[in-house]
Amino acid sequence: MKLPLRFLAPALAFAVLVGFFIAGLKRDPGEIPSPLIDKPVPAFSLESLGDPAWRVGSADLAGRPWLLNVWATWCAGCRQEHDALMSIAREGRVPIMGLNWRDDRTLALRWLAQLGNPYVSVAFDPEGRVAIDWGVYGAPETFLIDATGRVVKKHIGPINLDVWQREFLPLLPAGEGGP
Amino acid sequence: MIPELGHFALIVALLLSIAQAVFGLGGAARANGAWLAAARSAVVGQFVFVALAFAALSWAFVERDFSVLYVATNSHSELPLFYRIAAVWGAHEGSLLLWALCLAGWTLAVTAASSSLEGPFRGRVIGILALISIGFQLFMLATSNPFERLVPAAVEGRDLNPLLQDFALAVHPPILYLGYVGFAVAFAFAYATLLEGRLDAAWARWTRPWTLAAWLFLTVGIALGSWWAYYELGWGGWWFWDPVENASFMPWLAGTALIHSLAVTEKRGLFKSWTLLLAVTAFSLSLLGTFLVRSGILISVHAFATDPARGAFILAFLSAVIGGALLLYAWRAPRLKSSAAFEMTSRESFLLANNALLVAALCLVLLGTLYPLFMDALELGKVTVGPPWFNLMFLVPMLPLAALLGVGMHAAWKRGLLGTMKARLWIAAVAALAGAILIGAAAYADLRPMTTLGFALALWVMLSSLLIPVARIRARQTLPAATLGMVVAHFGFGLATFGITGVQSFKIEKDFALGIGDTASLGGYDFRLTALRDVQGPNFAGVEADIVVSRDAERVTVLRPQKRAYNSGGNPMTEAGIEVGPARDLFAALGDDLGQGRWSVRLQYKPLIRYIWLGAIFIALGGAIAAFDRRYRFRAQAQATEGTAVAAP
Repeated sequence: MKLPLRFLAPALAFAVLVGFFIAGLKRDPGEIPSPLIDKPVPAFSLESLGDPAWRVGSADLAGRPWLLNVWATWCAGCRQEHDALMSIAREGRVPIMGLNWRDDRTLALRWLAQLGNPYVSVAFDPEGRVAIDWGVYGAPETFLIDATGRVVKKHIGPINLDVWQREFLPLLPAGEGGP
Repeated sequence: MIPELGHFALIVALLLSIAQAVFGLGGAARANGAWLAAARSAVVGQFVFVALAFAALSWAFVERDFSVLYVATNSHSELPLFYRIAAVWGAHEGSLLLWALCLAGWTLAVTAASSSLEGPFRGRVIGILALISIGFQLFMLATSNPFERLVPAAVEGRDLNPLLQDFALAVHPPILYLGYVGFAVAFAFAYATLLEGRLDAAWARWTRPWTLAAWLFLTVGIALGSWWAYYELGWGGWWFWDPVENASFMPWLAGTALIHSLAVTEKRGLFKSWTLLLAVTAFSLSLLGTFLVRSGILISVHAFATDPARGAFILAFLSAVIGGALLLYAWRAPRLKSSAAFEMTSRESFLLANNALLVAALCLVLLGTLYPLFMDALELGKVTVGPPWFNLMFLVPMLPLAALLGVGMHAAWKRGLLGTMKARLWIAAVAALAGAILIGAAAYADLRPMTTLGFALALWVMLSSLLIPVARIRARQTLPAATLGMVVAHFGFGLATFGITGVQSFKIEKDFALGIGDTASLGGYDFRLTALRDVQGPNFAGVEADIVVSRDAERVTVLRPQKRAYNSGGNPMTEAGIEVGPARDLFAALGDDLGQGRWSVRLQYKPLIRYIWLGAIFIALGGAIAAFDRRYRFRAQAQATEGTAVAAP
């Protein structure tokens, strides 16, 4: 049977649209390439969240891969990713340093006491100065830094175990304790 | 226990939807009356069980059952009862349940009101609606179960997004969804018609009130969303062209075109395949809107949790429903012949122009909304199209639309004779232009061409709408509800155009840093910050400012904007202080605390902004009046036709 083209046109236009949607679904609209990728980490040294006398800095974990997780108690996505961070911490492949961003010390400490603490140390950045150096524009964000002190991966938005296994683990050297 | 019952009710509803589809479509194909009756029973059952599931989720919210993940994520023990109920549809899973409930409700209404339709056609309509129900219920059960338990239960909920703790936004989703989902009825009618391969005037007469009903809910829903954005987001804008807004605006444009095209199909038997295509398009855009919003394909991860599995499911469902309908259309539509001649200036021509312009507007919005997606997929970079693009482009189809509308309303079917109306329309046109110049010169001392054109078109549409009842009353003719509805809706369109022109031309927005005792001047008004005090709400604490507004040293009002911090955390919220008036709104919103008792304050002068929403109310009211036209009461109509059949020529 002959199909006149003008009646088929809506279906064809829709097929093209679906093609774009499939392509779009595979992409993350929040994925904005960080200029920091493959660059040395922006150095910092800040007060520790738990103890103002103690300094926490970017050099603390040098020589091995580590994660920097930017979080705050006012951020809903941070609550959402917290359980995933706890599992990553338990897994023990990489230590996680927290960067508590534009937050209140008491609230932040209460948060960690209630929900558990996945961090080896937490830097306290109430004015967001370090976050600016790192190009943070929202929380949560998570950076992976390799053993040579270069940023190799930036994830914007809540992390989950799926993202962790698909996007982060392949970037880690096959090391001890890994699957 | 009750959440499990809700989950179970949802599963039963899915099974009943499947039965409804099988018996409806199968019964129609085999002309089996018993099957068709079974399909109708399944409709009732499906509605009851979806309603039970909805009630179970509402119960979990009212009782603050934080062992349910969805409740723990979207409620809080301090949340007032009204918002605990509104929180049911405050996020993804509950919105879907509301969607399913609306669909079940519309299906029930159609089934109950369609006893005069031919059995097989009715069965197909019910069956097609069931296919949509199956998709949504399966989606919920597979990827977005609202009844999922949280083990161990949370001690405290994470709270409903404070942005949503507001009356307009609490009632906005149900009304909007009634509109979105209501287009499913026109869609099912079109689909059933394509399956049967024939279309008559009765079909169009039948589809019209359902389309009008869905469209008027959508109108109210969109207006509520716009009103909410105006006073709650703190920016004082009334439309932002963001993807979520566009997702609701596109089906509205398609629905508006459909209403007009249905008129031609009913009265003249023309545009048949075009009308069917619009009916498919309106609902497709509703589904597309749901997909765009729910898959997060256009929205940054920071705005909404995204889940690729959900996106993939909706896309597959979307492709099946829309793709299936469009392929069926390509196959069957060529058979629908509509041949009748009409003249250049006949009403048919004007309605054709109306459809072309509305669809052009729709394509522009679609293009602008999906542009970032196209560019990203083609690796041309991440870009967005901003409001300035939309504002400019949207005028291109809208200006001729408004201009033609004033004439088209008065054109006769088939022949292009405007008769005695011609002289009156000339008077209306001249009066509109004179009025626009007068308003611009006297009230604003400004006669920019675009502003004057906007006011003139607004007055033109309003005046030419009013000519219809005036002429009818003079001639002692009756005014049928459908005509009255058209007049009211078009008058509303004129009012909204009036408001849009005013606010876009003469609004003033400025940020100031104010301490106590400081004064800022804007639009001829003086705003003086006189006090700052702490306020305590049921679940928030905040700061409230007193801003005394005066004009020529005469006190006008006191604005009381608030900055709120909700106890559950999250970003601080802005409650604007607004003085409403027929000529202008005065608007104050608190920005940041600058320290030392100084605050950044955003002050705005918004002339005529109320007419935008007033216009929307008129538009929806017009739809409601038209939907109640006697002609659409099918049973009354059928009897009347029997009675007068002999007398009819």
